[in-house]
Amino acid sequence: MISFNFKEKFSQESVFQNCDIDKPFEIEYNILGSLYLKAAAGKTRRTVFVFTETEVLFLAFSFKGGIHPIYNKDRTYASPIEELPAPEEVVIPLSQHIGAPCAPVVSVGEKVGIGQIIGDSDANLSCPIHSSVSGTVKAISPHWHPSGVKVQSIVIENDFEDTRNDSIEPYEGDFDDLTPSEIISYARDSGIVGMGGAAFPLHAKLRTAFDKKIEVIIINGAECEPFITADHRAMVEYPRAIINGAKLIMKCLGKTEAVIAIEDNKPDAIASITIIAEDSGIRVCPVKTKYPQGGEKQLIKAITGREVPPGKLPMDIGCAVFNVDTCASLFRAVSKGRPLTTRVCTVSGSAVANPKNLLVRVGTPYYELFDYCGGFTEEPYKIISGGPMMGSAQHSVEIPVIKNTSALLAFCGDEETFDEKPTCLHCGKCISVCPMRLMPNYIYMHAEKEEFGECKKYNVQDCIECGCCSYVCPGRLYLVQAMRMAKGHLPR
Amino acid sequence: MAQRLLVNSSPHYRSGETTKTVMSDVVIAMLPILVGAVIFFGFRALTLTLVSVGACLAFETLFCKIAKKKNTIFDGSAIVTGMLLAFNLPVAVPYWLAVVGAFFAIVVVKMLFGGLGKNIVNPALAARAFLFSWPTLMTTYVKPFVSPALPIFSDPIFTNGGQVSDYIDSISTATPLKALKAGVLSDVDVMDMFIGNTGGCIGEVSAALILLGGIYLLCRKVITWHIPVTYIGTVALVTFIFPLTGGHFDFEFMLQSLFSGGLFLAAFFMATDYTTSPATPKGRVIFGICCGLLTVFLRYYSGYPEGASYSILLMNMLVLPLDRLTKPRRYGIGGGYHVESGK
Repeated sequence: MISFNFKEKFSQESVFQNCDIDKPFEIEYNILGSLYLKAAAGKTRRTVFVFTETEVLFLAFSFKGGIHPIYNKDRTYASPIEELPAPEEVVIPLSQHIGAPCAPVVSVGEKVGIGQIIGDSDANLSCPIHSSVSGTVKAISPHWHPSGVKVQSIVIENDFEDTRNDSIEPYEGDFDDLTPSEIISYARDSGIVGMGGAAFPLHAKLRTAFDKKIEVIIINGAECEPFITADHRAMVEYPRAIINGAKLIMKCLGKTEAVIAIEDNKPDAIASITIIAEDSGIRVCPVKTKYPQGGEKQLIKAITGREVPPGKLPMDIGCAVFNVDTCASLFRAVSKGRPLTTRVCTVSGSAVANPKNLLVRVGTPYYELFDYCGGFTEEPYKIISGGPMMGSAQHSVEIPVIKNTSALLAFCGDEETFDEKPTCLHCGKCISVCPMRLMPNYIYMHAEKEEFGECKKYNVQDCIECGCCSYVCPGRLYLVQAMRMAKGHLPR
Repeated sequence: MAQRLLVNSSPHYRSGETTKTVMSDVVIAMLPILVGAVIFFGFRALTLTLVSVGACLAFETLFCKIAKKKNTIFDGSAIVTGMLLAFNLPVAVPYWLAVVGAFFAIVVVKMLFGGLGKNIVNPALAARAFLFSWPTLMTTYVKPFVSPALPIFSDPIFTNGGQVSDYIDSISTATPLKALKAGVLSDVDVMDMFIGNTGGCIGEVSAALILLGGIYLLCRKVITWHIPVTYIGTVALVTFIFPLTGGHFDFEFMLQSLFSGGLFLAAFFMATDYTTSPATPKGRVIFGICCGLLTVFLRYYSGYPEGASYSILLMNMLVLPLDRLTKPRRYGIGGGYHVESGK
């Protein structure tokens, strides 16, 4: 039996924030099972949601479609988050979120400290960017960005002093006295974006959600992508920051209840969150392990049974989804006055010698992460920022980590099977796995002939590009590519 | 760091399933049926299958050569077509008939329409229908376990003079379907029919072995339950309620109808062909029910006692409309727990 010491785990949390360890926990793995079952019994969902009690018993917390890929999480799910030593030089792109890119507010040669704003914008849909090291601004020039284009970036030479110059002050008073607008301004000033991958500025999301009537707040700890264990480790190692951050979001949106959804392949995360979330109004809901369970629309369907109508936002049906790491970042900003300058990133893949979960400063180039993990066992043929299903392939190891880099994967080539001449067999597997109820094979057929009007009839614009169809296709069709192309060419 | 990295569109992770693995699963599922056929009908069943498969591979290679295309035989679909074609032939037919069938299946039905995935009707079934241009050959069924065994190197049916040989007269038998069509129960035991100890085509006699292969395909998720279950279920229901023996609710007639003829082979291996069956679950259910109704209709009222292959060929034409008709409900519209937008 593995002894699992929560006190020890919590002391590691000081890396992020000085949370009071008032309640020491000593639990062993054998009681995790019962805690997990207690959470799984469904007591977590009844009152808030539209399912009846009988339905809860029979419905898996899931959605229709999806796949069960080989998860490959076992290489990193048990390795604690390690802090990556600061690099000599960071390259911080001025566009790390959805929305307007920032303009630099520092000049070359200027001294900056950790947490100092170096880029900002007046646009509503944008958020400031902070320095992740202390040192001197070396250059402001275009650099390669994970999205595959060159983006104006600030290069800062690290002086290894780690002097802080935080742009925000920790909130001194009682958190109960915080007003929604104060929380929203904290979210903006600390530069927090959706950490799950979309990088939508948190303050913009909170503001929209505040204006609409939100019935259900869902905290997304599903982490359904293969290989990635960053959120998993975060939930095990600093559940308190996550729960407190979630409480701040509840406070901001005027709700007293929230649900945290965790896939049932993470029993230790379910257990630690269940213990910490006691009496906080946050319920733990274990969801079925299935890709793409962590997709916003799929998660809402699994938890509430509601479907987001085409072209609408989750908020239109009264739901708001936030990533667990986003919650933790918000709590760190409010309680410690720490802007978002670091993130947890899983480094894994068949080409990586010692896969790890790392706490990385934003702007660290990829090769630093790979070097820290023992380098490559063999020449990688592909490097991916994000998960293997939805992440983007990278052309260089000198590209920096940004706010939404949840994982960095290096593959040597066994992960994919290609076909020189992709042929549709009309087997219908893509239709049965599509979580958005599309017919990818027909969309492909029409996209290939550039009949984009026909593609629209098959609702190609609903596609979330999760990659389930391409994953299962025995004909090895490039289905997601075809969907993307069709979406780009849709007739108005 | 001098390295070349592949940059392409997501997903970067794919299952190991390819056309080749699907086709080899189908071949594996058909192997017990072939072994059973060799036990029932002798080694001529094996040689006929080999000739059919070989001819399919040869014609596909030849076609690709002439059309200046890359040879496509390595996807394995020609092997499946060849085996299915042989399974639909009586064991005593001359080898040239299998070669003609292979030509029709591969060149006319499959390759001229654009190759794998583009054909409209099932190649093996279309070839079988075409081969009924030789009705005497196609309806000369042989009893199982005949002695002396069928010759492997010569044509057993016709003598040199063009007459039907006495040998074949002595070993040929009518299939149980013929009796059923006449409105009487066959004197073959139902258990014998289930095991395959009866006259018929090479691959269709043993419902038990077909069921074994079908369950393998279901477990490997190569096929779904929709078509086999609805197809066989419909035939069972209709023959039970409206038996040709007169009256209603004849259980014995139902069992004989299920286990005789090519129903099981058709339901598990022919109607489930990816290219020529609907891709949506609902479409598959409708497809299966219609195939079942048509099979019974053709068995009762057409000139031939068997109707399974023609029913599937007819339904093949309706695959595209069926798919369009059964398009899944759009996500977010009309769902059970849908909440009005703007609430």
